[in-house]
Amino acid sequence: MSTAAPHALADVTASDSTLRRFLHGLPGVDPVGLEARAASLGTRSIKTTAKAYAIDLAISMVDLTTLEGADTPGKVRSLGAKAVLPDPTDRTTPATAAVCVYPDMVPAAKAAVAGSTVKVASVATAFPAGRAPLAVKLADVREAVSAGADEIDMVIDRGAFLAGNYLKVHEEITAVKEACGSAARLKVIFETGELSTYDNIRRASWLGMLAGADFIKTSTGKVAVNATPANTLLMLEAVRDFRAQTGVQVGVKPAGGIRTTKDAIKFLVLVNETVGEDWLDNRWFRFGASSLLNDLLMQRQKLATGRYSGPDYVTVD
Amino acid sequence: MASAFEYAPAPESRAVVDIAPSYGLFIDGEFTEAADGRVFKTVSPASEEVLSEIAQAGEADVDRAVKAARKAFEKWSALPGTERAKYLFRIARIVQERSRELAVLETLDNGKPIKETRDADLPLVAAHFFYYAGWADKLDHAGFGANPRPLGVAGQVIPWNFPLLMLAWKIAPALATGNTVVLKPAETTPLSALFFADICRQAGLPKGVVNILPGYGDTGAALVAHPDVNKVAFTGSTAVGKQIAKTVAGTRKKLTLELGGKGANIVFDDAPIDQAVEGIVNGIFFNQGQVCCAGSRLLVQESIQDELLDSLKRRLSTLRLGDPLDKNTDIGAINSEEQLTRITSLVERGEAEGAERWSPACELPTSGYWFAPTLFTNVTQAHTIARDEIFGPVLSVLSFRTPDEAVAKANNTQYGLSAGIWTEKGSRILAVANKLRAGVVWSNTFNKFDPTSPFGGYKESGFGREGGRHGLEAYLDV
Repeated sequence: MSTAAPHALADVTASDSTLRRFLHGLPGVDPVGLEARAASLGTRSIKTTAKAYAIDLAISMVDLTTLEGADTPGKVRSLGAKAVLPDPTDRTTPATAAVCVYPDMVPAAKAAVAGSTVKVASVATAFPAGRAPLAVKLADVREAVSAGADEIDMVIDRGAFLAGNYLKVHEEITAVKEACGSAARLKVIFETGELSTYDNIRRASWLGMLAGADFIKTSTGKVAVNATPANTLLMLEAVRDFRAQTGVQVGVKPAGGIRTTKDAIKFLVLVNETVGEDWLDNRWFRFGASSLLNDLLMQRQKLATGRYSGPDYVTVD
Repeated sequence: MASAFEYAPAPESRAVVDIAPSYGLFIDGEFTEAADGRVFKTVSPASEEVLSEIAQAGEADVDRAVKAARKAFEKWSALPGTERAKYLFRIARIVQERSRELAVLETLDNGKPIKETRDADLPLVAAHFFYYAGWADKLDHAGFGANPRPLGVAGQVIPWNFPLLMLAWKIAPALATGNTVVLKPAETTPLSALFFADICRQAGLPKGVVNILPGYGDTGAALVAHPDVNKVAFTGSTAVGKQIAKTVAGTRKKLTLELGGKGANIVFDDAPIDQAVEGIVNGIFFNQGQVCCAGSRLLVQESIQDELLDSLKRRLSTLRLGDPLDKNTDIGAINSEEQLTRITSLVERGEAEGAERWSPACELPTSGYWFAPTLFTNVTQAHTIARDEIFGPVLSVLSFRTPDEAVAKANNTQYGLSAGIWTEKGSRILAVANKLRAGVVWSNTFNKFDPTSPFGGYKESGFGREGGRHGLEAYLDV
């Protein structure tokens, strides 16, 4: 059995039944109340200095992502350049947190961000469906890590989760975590849109953390419902409670569907008022987004100059 | 919570509302001076700034207003329901159009945060007028028999905690059923009622159908005692409610009273904890706890007490207290110095009786009337703070071990207005709700209002129901 679970919770993962009992014993989630809370935090008014702070923070938390079948080394190179220097017209703009690519693009990405603070993240484990034998997933991960990936974004086996095979999911995550070794941090993607209920999302969050996730992440961005304020709030509550119980801090990454500065700021407010400043750092909070960055840059330019520019004043990739 | 992410002030503009230096009484469609020329000042509780000078209605003014309402009653009650509905719909739409102005006004006069007036009070005010407009032509089908008749002139006295919303709760059903109205707003919050008078004119409402008489308790007493008033509706303190009941006793006046409360918010060990914490916060800190149905007694199952209190304290530390006009403010000012004194003395009593007091680190503004969110633990049923209504941001925490004990403690109060149940178990919600002697029982939520739901109390929380189909009955001869 796994030993990834922190000492305080070691017994929980002893067997399928202990794990099930634990996950089903977590406090339930009332959907109406959760969504109301997320909506009410969405009405916070963030202006002037707070807005400037939030925009720079958000930029520094972006995992700039390209996950297309048509990705080329050239595309990844320009993505990397943008991650390092998002706005060439204003060199005070912070770099993004990472570039996120498929495993075969890791070498190109590494080269593109060399010498900067930008990390290379790679979606291994048969992304986005996760429907491959464990050996294949692990091979995927090892490839990415040996090519220099700093972070691995893995998808869980949603089928096993929904069937109630929690231990199987747990074992896969711990195996992947082991494959990451000390070289790469592990982000565990639940594909919350497919888990369907908030109770499932809370259970998945705990399952991921028990298995040693460094980050828990909402979704792949490839399904209909991705990150929402409500599911992100719920995951923030989970990491908060997990740290209270074990002392271990885990990061949160909403991904997919966050396109505007306004949206991103709402998520930062959720972080600020749920878990506080301990998580207001790109080591502990990320945005999985590709189109968000340009809007952040345009808003940043607007704050700096007092005028709106336009999409031609930021780069297209 | 100290954070690098400090929100910059985001004050709502005062420019959207134009407050005149003085206001008269609104009688028979006109603003007029008080017969004896008396005036009083209304101040902003957040800054103690004088907002305006208001005419103070005396007995002669009450008489004049009741006569105007009596005269208007003949025509108003004879209108077809569809015609009355048109006016109500018009009022509802004007309220919506002017909602930003009214929200800022209400926040200035009452001290509650703009986020509440903007997101709760004003939408509900409009919703009440829309809802009762819909009933005006369907009274024959409301379940009170064919062709139910209005009562006549309604004398209405409302409190300062939800000035415009309480006005809507009173005026909308009264007009829909064909009554005419003389309403006395509270002395600390008369402005929105006077703006409403202007809305009545804007809507072309016939003269005398709505009359507004600002004043103190003596004005209300004169209105309640006026022999030509057919119906008295009061929302406010239990003490005043008792006086009114004595005054009205033996007359043919119909009476409804919405009085105090000491609502129990019961959290079982299988509750959705994070949402329960939000519900507790909303239950007692909404409108600084100045809510008659506030969940001011938290009954928490002993097995989760420590965990819940930790969560609650952490959550309270994130509440933002300050300028009510700032859109990021959660906790505004206490409505008046008098109310602040009352809260302070009850809290001191709680400490003296041995309960443990806790507040988050919280800086209070130097001018205005403020009270930090406060939590009392180690409270027992015998403590004053578990029995008396505090009407402020003060939560008393008690524990229980079994559902029976929870019900027994929840019902062990002279009041019976509201209660809350937090559990993921549906059967428990139904079983416990059936045993609670409270007019409203919320499950897995708190302080949610809707014009379609009847609202009212048991025991010393009063009698009669407002809202919903039941709310019509109080204004009909049935």
